[in-house]
Amino acid sequence: MKLPLYEVFVRSKRGLDHKHVGSLHAKDGAQALKFARDCYTRRGEGLSIWVVRSSDIVASQEEDAASFFDPSDDKPYRHATFYRIPPEVKNL
Amino acid sequence: MIPARVEERTSPGRDGVPPSRGAGRLPSQAALAEFVLALGDDSLVLGQRLSEWCGRAPFLEEDIAIANVALDYLGRAEKFYRYVSELGGGRRSVDEIAFLRDSRAYRNLLIFELPVGDFARTMARQLMVDAFHLPYFRRLSRSTNARIAAIAAKAVKESRYHLKRSRDWVLRLGDGTEESHAKIQSAFDALWGYCPEMFAMAGDEMALLDSGVAVDRSAMKTDWESEMKDVLSEATLTTPGNEWAISGGRDGVHTEHHGYLLAEMQFMQRAYPGLDW
Repeated sequence: MKLPLYEVFVRSKRGLDHKHVGSLHAKDGAQALKFARDCYTRRGEGLSIWVVRSSDIVASQEEDAASFFDPSDDKPYRHATFYRIPPEVKNL
Repeated sequence: MIPARVEERTSPGRDGVPPSRGAGRLPSQAALAEFVLALGDDSLVLGQRLSEWCGRAPFLEEDIAIANVALDYLGRAEKFYRYVSELGGGRRSVDEIAFLRDSRAYRNLLIFELPVGDFARTMARQLMVDAFHLPYFRRLSRSTNARIAAIAAKAVKESRYHLKRSRDWVLRLGDGTEESHAKIQSAFDALWGYCPEMFAMAGDEMALLDSGVAVDRSAMKTDWESEMKDVLSEATLTTPGNEWAISGGRDGVHTEHHGYLLAEMQFMQRAYPGLDW
């Protein structure tokens, strides 16, 4: 049986973002959602699930890494490390 | 088992006529224990059957999903048996109730004990029992017995998901390939006659109706039939006719498959009495 691959994202808490937790095979999105529920949230991990066809994800390529990411290595002023985070801000 | 009942069942009445198990004959505490035991047996036996798919399901994701459903049923059984154990003053542990009775003492409906068969057979049964369990536990969650109501309320949530799953699979298989259509159709044909038993009231259950502890299953049949008809026609399947029906589970009269199921399920407790996790 050849079933398409889906990537699963689970949001574990309100206010947090969806995190990639793994992948699974399913016939379509509706079935992928059910399987995701059974495979990835059986211990109460989730509040919300996204599933995305793996083939729909456009990913950066390893061979592009040098031109893609290296130029940002020497630009520390782009990091927001010079601010103090107010205590009221959670989950940053 | 409650001794009074066993005696009643095995010895004929004084004038040679077996005494009936009609309403009001059992003291209500005994009727309650019998009723809860039957619900536990339904859950345990189906949970055991479904767990046979563990490691053998058509593919990994379904393997985990179906094992989850099996665990829901085992969890339900544990809750019902714990209550039975307490009703009996703790003389029998949950494990003793689950693993140390013989076939005649099990009160599960026959449909739950039938072999899993192929995947279509398994899912056809799931649709039939899920479409029964959801409205049944919904009603039972309003039982005047708070303990039963609480177990039922939890079961409602589980069954709602189970029904989504089994409905989905029946639609996919019925409306799938020629082979899957033939397999799921023959599954429904083979199982259909076991369904009327789901709507036949047992004696102890009748005795618990007036007090609002039990609910009237027989009143649920029409809705169930029309729901099945809807799903089956959407799945391009033919709803079987009511040519035959079989029952006996609530009286402890089981199919030939029941003993084999118990032999496998009870092996550990029989071989190593008192074995614990």
